[in-house]
Amino acid sequence: MSDAPHLFVVGASHHTTPLELREKLALGDAKMAAFQQTLSTLPGLREFTVLNTCNRVEIYGVAEAADTVARVQDSFCGLQAIAPADFAGIRHAATGLGAVRHAITVAAGLDSQMLGETEILGQLKDAYAAAQSRRTVGPVLNRVFQKTFQHAKHVRTHTAITEGNISVANVAVELALKIFGDLASTRVLLLGAGEIGEKTAKAFQSRGARDLTVASRTFERALPVATALGAAALPWDQVESRLADFAIVVASTSAPGSIINRAQVAAAMQRRPADPLFFIDLALPRDIDPAAAELENVFLYNLDDLAQIAAENRAARAAEVGRAQAIIADKAAALWKKIAPQVPGDSPAPSSAPRHSGDLGASAPSG
Amino acid sequence: MFELTHDRTWLWLAAAAYFGGFALGTTALLRDRRHSHAWMYAIIALGYVLQTTGLYLRGLEVKGCPLGNTFEIFQFTAWSAITLYLVIGPTFRLSLLGYFTCMLTTTLTLSSLAIPSWDAVRRVGIFGGNAWIEFHAALALFSYGVFGLLALTSIMYLLQVFSLKRHHLRGLFSFLPSVRDLDHMNLRLLVTGVALLAASLAVGSAYWLDDTSTVNAPKLLITVAVWLAYTVACVLRVRQVLIAKRLAWTCIILFAIALLSLGPVNSSRQPVEQTAQSQPQR
Repeated sequence: MSDAPHLFVVGASHHTTPLELREKLALGDAKMAAFQQTLSTLPGLREFTVLNTCNRVEIYGVAEAADTVARVQDSFCGLQAIAPADFAGIRHAATGLGAVRHAITVAAGLDSQMLGETEILGQLKDAYAAAQSRRTVGPVLNRVFQKTFQHAKHVRTHTAITEGNISVANVAVELALKIFGDLASTRVLLLGAGEIGEKTAKAFQSRGARDLTVASRTFERALPVATALGAAALPWDQVESRLADFAIVVASTSAPGSIINRAQVAAAMQRRPADPLFFIDLALPRDIDPAAAELENVFLYNLDDLAQIAAENRAARAAEVGRAQAIIADKAAALWKKIAPQVPGDSPAPSSAPRHSGDLGASAPSG
Repeated sequence: MFELTHDRTWLWLAAAAYFGGFALGTTALLRDRRHSHAWMYAIIALGYVLQTTGLYLRGLEVKGCPLGNTFEIFQFTAWSAITLYLVIGPTFRLSLLGYFTCMLTTTLTLSSLAIPSWDAVRRVGIFGGNAWIEFHAALALFSYGVFGLLALTSIMYLLQVFSLKRHHLRGLFSFLPSVRDLDHMNLRLLVTGVALLAASLAVGSAYWLDDTSTVNAPKLLITVAVWLAYTVACVLRVRQVLIAKRLAWTCIILFAIALLSLGPVNSSRQPVEQTAQSQPQR
């Protein structure tokens, strides 16, 4: 690597870093502020942005000299009390075209633990906005990030990399949307006060469901869950008589057998024949009698059904990776062509092969 | 040989536009993608303008609303369905409704254009210059357009329920509107269609009652039977007796019967006057 300005990214992510170490690497608010302060006074570092999420810490920057990046790493290791040698074993790094490609790959969700997730784009935008407000980005990173956001959106629009939900709770919500269209006016009943039911209920709330009720075989267990969710609590002995009042029933009790049988569902449907009733049975053994699914306007999905849909969606996303990478390669090359004159230290463009813990001058991203 | 002054030229172009919308939707579905709503709407709107032009020219030729033979009735039914889609499409934003509407109108318009015998006899001035009778007929045919759209949303409803019951959620099924949205749309269309046909019958009856000799009995019986069947379905739906899949199947079967009944109704009429051009331009 020459001593001319060059674009780089260096960091660590879930690919190479176990959870316990990622916890150690993650920057809290105070440490983040201190680290950015350190970087802003680091000689030779023209521009920088720090991306700090639960799955990755990455520093994107424009350095004036080859040893600047090493100093950035030393600062980070010093702040987090990590031996530089240990960090070198887990880090990923890239320069020039590789750094550009890595930024787009990350923003498009291709490098995420949950392939195609969209939260990372928001986190990257937040990191860039923070850098803008601190005035630590300049002409190179401004262009890199603005184009990265555009290209990430292009990848998501032109491939199926983000299509289909890949968590059981979100698959359940997606199915509910296919039945009810809008969740704002649907009443949700949560049977059982377990963690998976609560997570699913939160997923429903995040998509607009406002009317939640919790029932547990032990009323005292229902109360704290209902309070945490901002929901009502229903005594267990009223579940059967009130079943028709709800459009969605999420069942996750630890009962040894079915708690709602076909006859009970049929009785409820007589009171709401034109309105669909959606059962999400997350319990093992199952809480809802499978025969209830035979009834008109009743839809029943159990844990295996939801897991299978999530797995199919994951497979469908994985099948799109190649196409997404091809788009990213093209977009990154075009972007790099425009910014390369501003960072002559990276010329000629490095190879695209990903590499961990390698020399910055020759490495490319691993994600 | 296409001539811009000839109505069938415009109607062929309209059919091509509707087929274009159908092809756009099919291509997108085969690629497992959602088609562009803007493009679909634009293509259908273009087809609508072309078809309106064609029907206008035909109207000038037959001196009234062009409802004088099977060809014209199929064209007008398709035009009615498209009119309704252009109004409710952007309001309710039912995914794939444009695609299914294109499928229906392509079938109606292309089949009517492809069968020369349906347009062999052109009746001129069948309404005798009476604007109310013309209005009655147009309203009746418009309600058939509404029932056509209802049949489409019923098909979509059945597909969505099938997909959710059988856990087949990919491909075409992934783009269908929700069960509840489709059910609500079915009810709205059913009420609208029944109301339009009732209004049509009310307008017509004001004249039939004055002079019963002008009544075409088979036409009246079939039209009243269709109206009665849809009205019963509507009442049963409102009372939550005929719901969900049974309602959807009923709406599909009733539309098929209504469409098939147009032939006998039309052939039972006596032409007031026939145009010199009995062989339509292809």
